Amino acid sequence: MVKVALVSLFLCLASLAVPLVQADIKSYEFAEPEMAQRFVDLTTVLRCPKCQNQNLADSDSIIAKDLREQVQTLINTGQTNQQITEFMVQRYGNFILYDPPLNKATLVLWLAPIGMVLIGLWALWFFGRKTHVQGAMLSPSEQQKLDQLLAENRTPGRD
Amino acid sequence: MNTTTKRLLMLLPTLLAFTLGLFLYQGIGQDPNKMESSLIGLPLPKFNAQTLVSPSKNVTQADMLGQPALVNVWATWCPTCRAEHEFLLTIAKQENIRIYGVNYHDQRPAAQQWLQDLGDPYVFSVFDPKGVLGINLGVVGAPETYLIDAQGVVIDKLTGELNERTWPLLRSQYLTLLQETN
Repeated sequence: MVKVALVSLFLCLASLAVPLVQADIKSYEFAEPEMAQRFVDLTTVLRCPKCQNQNLADSDSIIAKDLREQVQTLINTGQTNQQITEFMVQRYGNFILYDPPLNKATLVLWLAPIGMVLIGLWALWFFGRKTHVQGAMLSPSEQQKLDQLLAENRTPGRD
Repeated sequence: MNTTTKRLLMLLPTLLAFTLGLFLYQGIGQDPNKMESSLIGLPLPKFNAQTLVSPSKNVTQADMLGQPALVNVWATWCPTCRAEHEFLLTIAKQENIRIYGVNYHDQRPAAQQWLQDLGDPYVFSVFDPKGVLGINLGVVGAPETYLIDAQGVVIDKLTGELNERTWPLLRSQYLTLLQETN
């Protein structure tokens, strides 16, 4: 009985969680509606430095809340998205970007997928070639036997 | 395909697995939360804020210059800060280390009480209840400790507890700075 009550309580709370987060974003005020959209965009692409797998919009940590307020203030004071992003990178490094720029430190990150595809293509070519080569390596007597078998089993009407 | 190539090819998965193993092995023991501070090599951000002890007294980054020092971000709600407090007191007293505090996202009475009860290792603590200075420093969460030189340039940063194990990392740099200053 207690278990059932606990489970239903948990379900109630869980169903509340998502609307609460959205309400949180709506509580930020902006001079123009277009700014509110920019706020949503920015807090989605900026990563929370504390809880590393969440963006600023998602996280409940103190620093994420501070940075949301900072984004709000910067938007309201007329800063562009690029200026705000630069502000964040200056303080928290490229880590804060979910979409990291291409530079020396991230080169491997960007090139690895291309490398993987190239290796895959090479493997396809390499192993594809293998069967072809083996097929061509039948001795003349084997080839003759094969032709004979194929001729015997050919169904009339097909081919 | 000849036998040698075939044998070599059979070794390939083992080789790949071994490489992956090496790669993963060197990651063991590394702190995934460790982030290089963007502030290293740059001067402290400008600020003008009240001290924790007196609302009528304002301090700026200029008040932290003159000697190499530590800037320690702390709060009464932070258990790790409580854990390292004793150690801060020790190095302030026994090693004569200058430590400035940044009281981060805290209540003034609670923070004042904390220093009264536990002792005050700080030259002064900047009162930063909204985390404004925190953002400009690139603070992720308390505790964090920055090593600055006499000109206020950030030399290194430690995320997490300052203790017997972590202090040597900053201490050697601190001593070098001290020699340069004198």
